[in-house]
Amino acid sequence: MDLLLIPRLILELVLYLATVVPDLLPIIVSLATPLALGALCGVLNERSGVVNIGIEGTMLAAAFTGYLTGFALHANTGPAVAIVAGVAVAIGTGALIGLLHAWLCVTVRADQIIAGTIVNIGALGLTAYFNRLIISPSGLGGAGVIPPILFGLGPIALSMLALVGLLQFLLFRSRWGLRTRAVGEHPKAADTVGIDVFRQRYQNVIAGCALAGLAGAYLTLESTGSFQNGMTNGRGFIALAAMIFGRWTPIGAFGGALLFGAFTALGVIVRVRPAPGELGDLLAAIPSFWYAALPYLVTVVILAGVVGRAIPPAADGIPYEKEARA
Amino acid sequence: MIAAVRARAAAWWRVARLPVLAIVLALVIAAGIIVLSSVYTGLGFFPLLPLYAYGNLAAGAFGSAVAINNTLVAAAPLMLGGLAIGLGFRAGLFNIGVAGQFLAGAFAAAVVGSSLAGAPPLLAVPAALLAGGLAGTVLGFVPGFLKARTGAHEVVTTIMLNNATALLLAWAVSDLVRAPGFTFPRTGDIGSAALPVLLGRNLHLGIPLAFAAVFAIRFLLDRTTLGFEIRTVGANPNAARYAGIPPLVIVPLTMSLSGLLAGLAGSVQMLGVIGFYASGISASVGFDSIAVALLGRSDPIGIMFAAILFGAFRAGAPLMQITTSVPVEIIDIIQALIILFLAADLIVRRVFRVRGPRLEVEGAQTVTRTWGKESVA
Amino acid sequence: MNQEERAAGEAARSSLPVGTAPALEMRGITKRFPGTLANDHIDLEVRPGEIHALLGENGAGKTTLMNILYGLLAPDEGEILVDGERVTIRDPADAIARGIGMVHQHFMLVPVLTVTENVMLGAEVMRGPLLVDAAEAGRRIAALARQLGFDVDPHARVEQLSVGQQQRVEIVKALYRRARILVLDEPTAVLTPQETEEIFGVLRRLRDEGASIVFISHKLDEVLRIADRITVIRRGRVVGERAPSATSEQELADLMVGRAVSLRVDRGPAHPGDVVLAVGALRVLDDRRHETVRGVDLEVRRGEIVGIAGVAGNGQEELVEAIVGLRKPSGGRVTIGAHDVTGASPRAIRARGVGYVPADRQRYGLVLSFPLGDNCVLTDYYRPPYARGAVRDDEAIRSRAASLIEEFDVRTTGPRALASTLSGGNQQKLVVAREFGGDDLLILDQPTRGIDVGSTEFIHRRAIAQRDAGTAVLLISADLDEVLELSDRILVIHRGRIVAEFDAATAERERIGLLMARGEAA
Repeated sequence: MDLLLIPRLILELVLYLATVVPDLLPIIVSLATPLALGALCGVLNERSGVVNIGIEGTMLAAAFTGYLTGFALHANTGPAVAIVAGVAVAIGTGALIGLLHAWLCVTVRADQIIAGTIVNIGALGLTAYFNRLIISPSGLGGAGVIPPILFGLGPIALSMLALVGLLQFLLFRSRWGLRTRAVGEHPKAADTVGIDVFRQRYQNVIAGCALAGLAGAYLTLESTGSFQNGMTNGRGFIALAAMIFGRWTPIGAFGGALLFGAFTALGVIVRVRPAPGELGDLLAAIPSFWYAALPYLVTVVILAGVVGRAIPPAADGIPYEKEARA
Repeated sequence: MIAAVRARAAAWWRVARLPVLAIVLALVIAAGIIVLSSVYTGLGFFPLLPLYAYGNLAAGAFGSAVAINNTLVAAAPLMLGGLAIGLGFRAGLFNIGVAGQFLAGAFAAAVVGSSLAGAPPLLAVPAALLAGGLAGTVLGFVPGFLKARTGAHEVVTTIMLNNATALLLAWAVSDLVRAPGFTFPRTGDIGSAALPVLLGRNLHLGIPLAFAAVFAIRFLLDRTTLGFEIRTVGANPNAARYAGIPPLVIVPLTMSLSGLLAGLAGSVQMLGVIGFYASGISASVGFDSIAVALLGRSDPIGIMFAAILFGAFRAGAPLMQITTSVPVEIIDIIQALIILFLAADLIVRRVFRVRGPRLEVEGAQTVTRTWGKESVA
Repeated sequence: MNQEERAAGEAARSSLPVGTAPALEMRGITKRFPGTLANDHIDLEVRPGEIHALLGENGAGKTTLMNILYGLLAPDEGEILVDGERVTIRDPADAIARGIGMVHQHFMLVPVLTVTENVMLGAEVMRGPLLVDAAEAGRRIAALARQLGFDVDPHARVEQLSVGQQQRVEIVKALYRRARILVLDEPTAVLTPQETEEIFGVLRRLRDEGASIVFISHKLDEVLRIADRITVIRRGRVVGERAPSATSEQELADLMVGRAVSLRVDRGPAHPGDVVLAVGALRVLDDRRHETVRGVDLEVRRGEIVGIAGVAGNGQEELVEAIVGLRKPSGGRVTIGAHDVTGASPRAIRARGVGYVPADRQRYGLVLSFPLGDNCVLTDYYRPPYARGAVRDDEAIRSRAASLIEEFDVRTTGPRALASTLSGGNQQKLVVAREFGGDDLLILDQPTRGIDVGSTEFIHRRAIAQRDAGTAVLLISADLDEVLELSDRILVIHRGRIVAEFDAATAERERIGLLMARGEAA
């Protein structure tokens, strides 16, 4: 047994990835798009002090309504209008769910993780119910997806890149960003200088969930062109891990999303651009299920390694209560 | 005498009224959804559809001896799964991993069962049951350990493990333990490892097992020192440390116990109903258990009743779908609505004019409070 | 108020020039909470260019009254006049618009934000419609601070500042919004004697410029030093108004509590025995892995009370946590009696006969959602008679709780009541009841913080009784007066080291204050 086999294979693996990944960057960025948008949703929510684990359900619901709109209108209005309408409806769906989540967490002061769970279970049930009723029987077919327009990326993916930069800038340089951070760290302090804590949180949650809605639109209208029950498949939770990994900053969350996107892409990469020689045989011999499971396992490992050293906003998850006014 | 009974009933109603009213309100809203979507069921707009739907739902759940059997059979894994989640809540943990632990338990029970298919039942049944429990325990331990040691929140790690487990089990069934001679990937027959039928057509051993678990967990939580430790960690982890209770031990232990119950739920379902493992086995027990635990307010007796209710829903839904074309997914919607009305109980209060203090889910505050914090210890 | 008190009040008021409206008047303010009348027709009048003290013990209603003034609460009855004009204050924004600024007891500063960000929050200096101009704001804030006589780095993060500096930032925050009426709620609770003098200097400066200052406190000597007039509140009502020159500490104390109080607890001499607790060269890291205990040696003997005086954040918390097993030391030794307990678990250390009253009773000392019975056996639940093997004995627990409740006079409905239903003072008495009694070593961490005078007296007397019964007592308190009153020996901690030791007889307040603040007395 060649003692140098393992180190040699590792070196070959690194070189292989280094050559292959840059070419396949568009694929990686595309796969990272829903994760990054979901993570941005998480950042907006948690920076203002609200925990939102319902990103998964929000994405799914928006994916469904966007798809339904796009392909219902497609026959009457032509593809361009239909798809734009679909994206708009998806974003609107996200915002509406954000309103519900904000109401539950900020006004009702329910437990925020249970509130997120309600969104997740409700979205799964509602989309499956209406999918069975409306879409499956009518055979609404795919009619194409939004094509890539720049650097091999579609408009939603490009918007994501722009949003990452914009939100990073605004969070730390604008008045909205300052007030958001204050409300997420020490809402009482913000209240005592006259800032409306509730309104700030509502705004952030709704805006964030609108981004999750955009992620949903991406899944059906820019990526696959069809809807399956539960198609988000855990992306909403991976997005949360990306947010924690990125220490609740937009740029960091984007980095985390890229990382997870790369792991998700690994299975595709290995098939599309096989590695030569022994390494290639080894990689091809690993059953595809393992490649599919890789992003989830990596998430667990990264969370275990990172969380301890990442500090969330101090008031994250704690409902704000004003003392009783008359 | 009558006054004492009245007082008892009044006390019971005060505890049960919000969950009961939440169910009622959820059924009403779901009825609205059914009416709105009746256009798509091929019968055209039909405002009375909910009545027929609920009627058939009830018939499928209680309308005959067979129906009641089915309800109890469906309730057994839900009871175990609800206990799993409820126990977690009492310790301030949210074990959403019940779905994956259930599947792993079913898988392990199927594999051990089929390899002991020819052995005497007295050996095969306990072995297969325990194998399932063990599989669930391991899947519960890992997130519990990570939470205690690193602070990684169990909500995310368990869902990741759910997805990874489903994928890996699918691979295992198609490549590792595939039984020969079938047209699709599945494990072999479990033979004598099947749970013996005790009564009627399908009331199997798993049902009394589930009820026994309810009382065992109740005893654990209310009467033992370990139960006190679990509840203290859930109510105030800092005070628990002060009291000498090590969260580093209690958190993994509770998650393991929770996983054990979820794995047993899988075993029971496998050995009592399904009989073999194949990809695509429903893990709806996973989410149903959350509703059961919340409806039962994390109390074992409450969970027992809630599990029977949801067992009724699941048992009756297929009949409803066949006769009225209302999709079974309406149960998922009802479930989400019930949790909504429990979490935002002021809706129920406003609608039904209920007064009294707000009910909290035991331990739920700790579930969110430990989000993103460095280790519980 | 009776005849004499009213006359004294009028004498104090008589120097008011005719025709000048008071800067602030609160008339007949009444506020009810479920179960209590927090403010009962309170009248308060503050003139321009005056420091007016609001004196009362914890729970008397002072903070409620000021929260009403600042718009955080709405009164049930009464009215507020600013500069003679009736105003309605619905929220802090209204109060700020009326020139009222408040420095809260627990700072309203966001630790991770800079001084500039904190001060301008809500009234940001803008560059364009979206962006904030931090540089310009920083300049203005630094200038404002210099006017008040101190320097501040506008771009430092608040968490990097000392407590005294944070306090000054709070004052700058109020003045940045042009406050003419400044309310300070227990401002000196966490300051050293020197920092207190510095703050007093700032306040006198502001007063001389015509600002009105409301100074809320329960510290008699400070109130007599700084105030121009004093209003005493007890149980929600005004019970007296005095000029400092016309009253004394004793009279004010009696007014505050409603009966004659002994200002000094009779401690009696100590008779120290063998060493119970010995700490050698102890080093401890905090949560961020900074070394906050840097080589501490100390000893506590049977039958003596050793008090540790120090400004919060100098390592006391980590020191105590290391001694009781809640934190592993990174170096050094802890022995109790003859046993080395360095790094042992909390339970093992308790088993050596240690009682520990934690600083934060709601976070560490009690489980609020559990009944009193469970709370009374929180540290003993696993031992007989409260449990046999794994099964608990509810009757034994209940009877233990009942006897503790009676012996320590805890006001409650019984062992089944939830801990959350108790008042702060009674909660603390329950913790004390559980931890006192028969131990070799007793550790008291901020034992009377935020509780009423009656409970404080009770706890102090019981602590001395424990000492006399032969227990070694270690006291940590941010209240220097409490340390001076109870301790037989006083240690001063500064930046993780013990920098001085005093006998009770030779202890000097000024010197200790300097040591607390700077680590040296020069």
